[in-house]
Amino acid sequence: MSKLSKLPSEVKATASFVQQPRTFAALRADLAAGRTRATDLAAGYYDRIAQLNPTLNVYLSLTRERAMQQAARIDALAAQGDPLPPLAGIPIGIKDVLVMQGAPATAGSKILAGYRPPYDATAVARLEAAGAVLLGKLNCDEFAMGGSNENSAYGPVRNPVDTERVPGGSSGGSAAAVAANMAVATLGTDTGGSIRQPASFCGVVGVLPTYGRVSRYGLIAFASSLDRVGPLAANVRDAATLLSVIAGHDLQDATSNPAPVPDFAAESDKGAEGLRIGVPAEYFGEGLDPEVRAAVEKGIDALKAAGCTIKPVSLPTTKYAIPAYYLVATAEASANLARFDGVRYGHRSAGSDTLAGMYSHSRDEGFGAEVKRRILLGTYALSAGYYDAYYLKAQQVRRLLAEEFLRAFNDVDAIVTPTSPVPAFKIGEKSGDPIAMYLADIYTVTASLAGICGVNVPCGATGAGLPVGMQILAAHLDESTAFRVARAVEAAQ
Amino acid sequence: MTAKVTAEDVDRVAELANLKLAPEETPAMLRDLNAILDYVAELNELDTTGVVPMAQVSELTNAAGENVLRADQVRPSLDRATVFSQTPVTDQVFFKVPKVIER
Repeated sequence: MSKLSKLPSEVKATASFVQQPRTFAALRADLAAGRTRATDLAAGYYDRIAQLNPTLNVYLSLTRERAMQQAARIDALAAQGDPLPPLAGIPIGIKDVLVMQGAPATAGSKILAGYRPPYDATAVARLEAAGAVLLGKLNCDEFAMGGSNENSAYGPVRNPVDTERVPGGSSGGSAAAVAANMAVATLGTDTGGSIRQPASFCGVVGVLPTYGRVSRYGLIAFASSLDRVGPLAANVRDAATLLSVIAGHDLQDATSNPAPVPDFAAESDKGAEGLRIGVPAEYFGEGLDPEVRAAVEKGIDALKAAGCTIKPVSLPTTKYAIPAYYLVATAEASANLARFDGVRYGHRSAGSDTLAGMYSHSRDEGFGAEVKRRILLGTYALSAGYYDAYYLKAQQVRRLLAEEFLRAFNDVDAIVTPTSPVPAFKIGEKSGDPIAMYLADIYTVTASLAGICGVNVPCGATGAGLPVGMQILAAHLDESTAFRVARAVEAAQ
Repeated sequence: MTAKVTAEDVDRVAELANLKLAPEETPAMLRDLNAILDYVAELNELDTTGVVPMAQVSELTNAAGENVLRADQVRPSLDRATVFSQTPVTDQVFFKVPKVIER
């Protein structure tokens, strides 16, 4: 990767490994031709993880036995000349809010320390059925609540581009793993920006699928009407390939969308010529870092050069998205996290001999400060006397936002914005101020509330070498268009 | 919607949420909750008279306006032994908890 000079010495030391081909197509060709074995590839990644993880804190646990068994199956297929499944031998990491049978699943929280779920998440099972080799579980903010990965009970992830800085969050481990080539691709989850923002901070591609496109079965719930599972990868085409594998109807998730799933990689090959691209002024105002703005504007120029029409669009409800999001998300979180009570699984406090005391002690000992803050805010917003003023009001604003996007997509095929107003910030810089941290989600929560899809694609860097990402939003179920636009921006880098 | 949260409110909400805050945690939570509630009060600027609250977005993804939720049918799930393998205290028939009613 071209960013190599910015990487810490441990990363530089393994430069030859970084420079190995790492597109799905190249890895697949090597496997099919016998130039690489899946078991050697997986072992190579485990060596690299052992080398880098003490610095970057990307992985919380490894699933080596399961990975090596899967890799051996792929090698056997290749040796016999049998057809290889679509993700044969591709080493992939899984955010630790998605469950893998028998592997630790902490959600970045002490309350789930020691928990080994007895089933696989649908997205995990589909990856493995497609031949992927699942390396392990990736660090994240506790219950996916955070924008910096500093809320993990297991310590912050460091950004591989600059280890003094956060990788973003909550899927910080998922983004850092791809950036540092500690996995070829990863799964993350996005509730208010948790795939797109860390992807932008680490300089990788991250996909927010349409709500309902990917099953939430086996995802430890944060805010059920907002939570999405999506891929992160080093390039757009591989991210598109992954989405086609994990997407599709699933009876285990009542909100799963039955729409057919296109071959997104093939769709992304169609080019961006003739597409109408909307640019909303509301995303380029006060608070936007000038270097981020410049990089995103260069990306927009690249789209013009690729034959797109650029049009202004107006999304005036944008400024109300953060308050609406934090009310809806915390209200849902307060309900979802009620299940962590020490009764059925996870941490049970030994400090009480009554049921009520066991609940509250287990939760007090298990949850970190940000999770408690959000549970309290959500409980308050749902409590008698405040429900209409806060929760219902936020749901009304949510509809206004969603309808505004629907109207905008009558005139344009995609909308482009910065993914984050700022590049990766320093560890500790915002951790004392919840509102400053929430405002980092200002450009991402809108698509979360509206249920539409989006992609973060790297579109440049600041003078200090920090990656900048462009967010490409498209209408419900129109990931194909977002991928086409992302490919055009990527090609100009 | 600009109600100031008091320390008593924090205690009441914590009790509703089955959270036991340490005495030293309460002032910070009080400060943060008030700051956040002040901030979200911006929503009052927006006239939402007659707007139907949106609880979930799937309604938007079906052009026919049909309910896209699955039928509510009983189907097999994980067996008891599998589930209890993760339970802190169990007799393999029930989840065991401390006594519910004090006498």
